[in-house]
Amino acid sequence: MRHLLSAADLDLTSATELMDLAEEMSLLQGRPVKKLPALRGRTVVNLFFEDSTRTRSSFEIAGKWLSADVINVSAKGSSVSKGESLRDTVLTVAAMGVDALVIRHHASGAPRQATEWIDAHVLNAGDGTHEHPTQAMLDAFTLRRHFRKSEPGLADFAGKTIAIVGDVTHSRVARSNLLLLQTLGADVVLVAPPTLLPAGVETWPARVCTELDEVLPIVDAVMMLRVQRERMSGGYFPTPREYTIGYGLTWPRLQLLKPGAAICHPGPMNRGLEISAEAADAANSLILDQVAAGVAIRMSVLYSLLGGADDTPPPSAREGVAA
Amino acid sequence: MSEMLIRGADVLGQGRADLLIRDDVFADPSEADVSAEQIDADGLVALPGLVDLHSHLRQPGREDTETVASGTRAAARGGFTAVLAMANTDPVTDTAEAAEHVAQLGRRDGLAQVIPVGAVTKGLKGTELAELGLMARSAARVRVFSDDGHCVADARLMRRAMEYVRAFDGVIAQHAQDPRLAGPDACCHEGAISGRLGLPGWPSAAEATIVARDVQITSLTRSRLHVCHVSSAETVDVLRWAKARDIPVTAEVTPHHLLLTTDEVVSYDPTYKVNPPLRAAEDVAELRLALADGTIDVVATDHAPHARHDKEHAFAEAAFGMLGLETALAVVIETMINRGALDWATLAMRMSTVPAHIARLPDQGRQLMVGEPANVVLVDPGARAVVDANASASLSRNNPWHGRELPDPVVATFWLGRPTFRR
Repeated sequence: MRHLLSAADLDLTSATELMDLAEEMSLLQGRPVKKLPALRGRTVVNLFFEDSTRTRSSFEIAGKWLSADVINVSAKGSSVSKGESLRDTVLTVAAMGVDALVIRHHASGAPRQATEWIDAHVLNAGDGTHEHPTQAMLDAFTLRRHFRKSEPGLADFAGKTIAIVGDVTHSRVARSNLLLLQTLGADVVLVAPPTLLPAGVETWPARVCTELDEVLPIVDAVMMLRVQRERMSGGYFPTPREYTIGYGLTWPRLQLLKPGAAICHPGPMNRGLEISAEAADAANSLILDQVAAGVAIRMSVLYSLLGGADDTPPPSAREGVAA
Repeated sequence: MSEMLIRGADVLGQGRADLLIRDDVFADPSEADVSAEQIDADGLVALPGLVDLHSHLRQPGREDTETVASGTRAAARGGFTAVLAMANTDPVTDTAEAAEHVAQLGRRDGLAQVIPVGAVTKGLKGTELAELGLMARSAARVRVFSDDGHCVADARLMRRAMEYVRAFDGVIAQHAQDPRLAGPDACCHEGAISGRLGLPGWPSAAEATIVARDVQITSLTRSRLHVCHVSSAETVDVLRWAKARDIPVTAEVTPHHLLLTTDEVVSYDPTYKVNPPLRAAEDVAELRLALADGTIDVVATDHAPHARHDKEHAFAEAAFGMLGLETALAVVIETMINRGALDWATLAMRMSTVPAHIARLPDQGRQLMVGEPANVVLVDPGARAVVDANASASLSRNNPWHGRELPDPVVATFWLGRPTFRR
């Protein structure tokens, strides 16, 4: 794997291998000395055009535990208004001799564009409303653990149905999760009011439903998406109250959920809006496990990009966008 | 007196003839002087010099990206003898003085006739009418008014503009984009691809609804409406409806909307970011049909040069627009002539006669006959080449055709008898 731009870059084998490797990496988290020499001498730059303390810290710790030199570059504001082009910023950072660029950008496609200009490995840490493949990986990793614990011996994702609920249109998490879960063999149901379903959603490999109550009894996991503040004033739905009543995982709705079904949220949560405190803190909530899985997954991805037999061409020349 | 004898050209694809250029007009070839320079046009088609209703020459203001000199050199290479220069320069062409300045740059530096387009509203802001009458009565004789790049979104202002320009036979060229349905963030066609890529979409309805409204305003005011860069099948439907009722609306399509589709956007390459956006294959098919049957009257380039540093941003943040003057005829040959959808005489209507008529240009788009202004382009219908952006006469390189094999038709262009391009 040369870059990780989209969850569609991963096939079943590579996604499974990444999760298996992450299981090994996660053992490190329990040790007093959390350091592997795997990426000694390699340099990873977290190039963040948009603030995200959680994702950035998670990549930073992952790189450091693998002994890579990790540098954080905040490029927030270095954009159109300041006269520096994306290409300039990316070339400037790459010229320092980095092995991998972890790019977070407020605009869709920026990491993909970067691969046209530089030789370093590029890892998409969230681009606009496009994709967030490592978030999807850590979600899948968390779910796989959950499924293995609750139904040992059964196939991990085959036969499972997972609902993704909320602002699908503007969610990079939803896009990456859908692609990856489909690759892993799960069925996905998207649940949202029609205003928050993207153009062409009927061509996506998922069922679409506008009624959350119909879906809850049949799913093995429910992923609640964050409602961004700007959507509340953007006319996508009348009021936060109506949204919560229609699409929030409220306490009464918890009773509809299939027993044992997992509750996920990529964070940060709007408690009381898309998810109630009761749901967030429920016994079957995996929300903290998701956070914990972030470092292991990012170690696994960084190692796969930079470690071992490096610089081989990617397994396929697939486009770095959702197929 | 200078003479040039063009021998054996296929005039409009309707039969071979000799053309004699004497000074700036066509003369009787049988009267050619023995010393006249001769051009062997065997196998070449002669067309009237092309007229582009829609170019951005960027002067004054962004001379780093294009000038009247470089833009008209590109135009001449593309077979054009007249270009209308859009008003979104800096300063905006919204006064008689600004219009005369552009016209004067054209006279000084132009390798084609340069006709300024006047802004409809002051500063293109969409709130107050610009001095339309003063521009019309100025030495620049402005007849085409457009806020191109911005829609005249206010229906009442549009109505007033339409009514007002009737006094001097003007035409409002509308950039049809409802700013509420497709705001400034909308950067590509709204459809399955925008949804997948997570790019803010620009639905076809944002164009078609404005055209439907403007057609009704045209019906009310009985003035002339011209629709810029029609991009969608929905808009073609509206135009068919209007034309069936003899409402005086004309429309243009760009070469890129005749060939490229929104599929290009999957690379996130801002070269393919243009406004209105590249749309679906079904739209392209409908636009070709409409151009063939005359529902769309003309091809116009929307030649929009940009500096590299204004394009090398994330897709959503990069500038809108692509080059078009040099390759327009090539693309029309590829999409229309080579598919049997248009013959040469009709192509001449769509790219020369009708645009000249819409812009009220008396010396352009004329027949290739004795006594007429000698604006002519010689075309090799079979030649092909791979487009090289770096070989362009434009100062900019945002060329969506780079690396593609296309027809390479233009052999020579004469503007009022003067060779402005010869291969």
